Amino acid sequence: MTELLIGTKKGLFVLEGEPGGAFEVRCRAFPGEPVDFAMRDPASGHALATVTSPFYGPKIWFADDPAGDWIQAEGVALPEGGEEALERIWVIVAGEDGSLYAGGDPGVLFESRDGGETWELNQALRRHRVDEDWQPGGGGLCLHSIVPWPGDPDKLSVAVSAAGVWHTDDHGQTWRQGNRGILARYLPEEARGESSQLCVHRMERSPRRPERMFIQFHGGVYRSDDAGTSWTEIGAGLPSDFGFPIALDPSDPDSAYVIPLQGDYDRVTPGGDVRVYETRDAGETWTPRGNGLPDGQAYLTVLRRAFDRAGEGPSLQLYFGATSGDVFGTGDAGESWFNVATRLPPVFSIAAG
Amino acid sequence: MAVVCLHGPLRNLAGGRSEQEITGANVQQLLRGLEDLHPSVTGWILDERGTIRRHINVFVNGERGGEETAVCAADRVEVLPAITGGA
Repeated sequence: MTELLIGTKKGLFVLEGEPGGAFEVRCRAFPGEPVDFAMRDPASGHALATVTSPFYGPKIWFADDPAGDWIQAEGVALPEGGEEALERIWVIVAGEDGSLYAGGDPGVLFESRDGGETWELNQALRRHRVDEDWQPGGGGLCLHSIVPWPGDPDKLSVAVSAAGVWHTDDHGQTWRQGNRGILARYLPEEARGESSQLCVHRMERSPRRPERMFIQFHGGVYRSDDAGTSWTEIGAGLPSDFGFPIALDPSDPDSAYVIPLQGDYDRVTPGGDVRVYETRDAGETWTPRGNGLPDGQAYLTVLRRAFDRAGEGPSLQLYFGATSGDVFGTGDAGESWFNVATRLPPVFSIAAG
Repeated sequence: MAVVCLHGPLRNLAGGRSEQEITGANVQQLLRGLEDLHPSVTGWILDERGTIRRHINVFVNGERGGEETAVCAADRVEVLPAITGGA
């Protein structure tokens, strides 16, 4: 049984089903509220959801059972009296030592050591944001990607739109950038060299070879073989190198899946065809995977956190949702796709487990 | 003391009481006093800067007010979610 936690513009939907079979809505939480992200903490078993009420601001909630009572987490705020307020929590990721990390706008990282009940702001990264000229992307100054290093809880990488890639080797006490090779084509040529205004859309790390990382950039898909110190562009074989999410097969460090959109000027699936593109040679070549996906007259937008995986290898499950409210899945690593759900509210995020 | 009137989830966060008597010279002080009385309200009306959230309206004796609006004893301060459009 696979559980999907789907964050939408109008609440959290929890779906259950078997790959290739019917998925059913088990419960809905936060009806009417924008749920940016939801996940299961493997350590505590808590379900966690990030909700940005248009009235009452961003909050993290946790529950033993998403169909039951949700409790507001504590500590999800910036220090009082500053010049900024917390705008949104984009993502929650489990760390390597039972901790949880949450990333949000304005470029902030929180850590929880109690299953998401209380959170603490990472002050060192916050100081970079305060002291340096971080610029927001179209979705705000969002810290949207958090990638732990398997087996080493002190190592962590995060990506911020539009402040690039940041790494820590000392559990968040100090941070350094890792952006060499990333080309911001949206900046004037003379401004590209030294700029930190890097609009990473999503970043992932290969669990079996942690030095191998992938980025879907705002125009460009990149691979790193040195733990995110430098990056090589690998999007040449794609119909478009613009898109938001990226997913990996954890069993294969050479694998990546992206969902190209037409471009930053037209953020829909190109030509009305929905295709997931797969590489198994670290980006040398890309293969369209569309068996079972809409063929024509489908102009979908898939957001950065609306693509997730479960399992690995030939039975890798991938799930993605669109702002149209459609959700698609595969249980055979992209060979064939099926409809998971239709007519949900606009999908912001998916977590599969 | 002024009377702060709460609605919807704010009422639940404030112990289920729709009206609270609180001391403060202006709206911000009053709302900080409300947070002291009911810590669960913290972050729901005022953000970290002490600013009333964009889609919350505060009325003092029926007049739209802001953080610095002066408040006197027996004034009635209503805290309401704004009428916001969109889907």
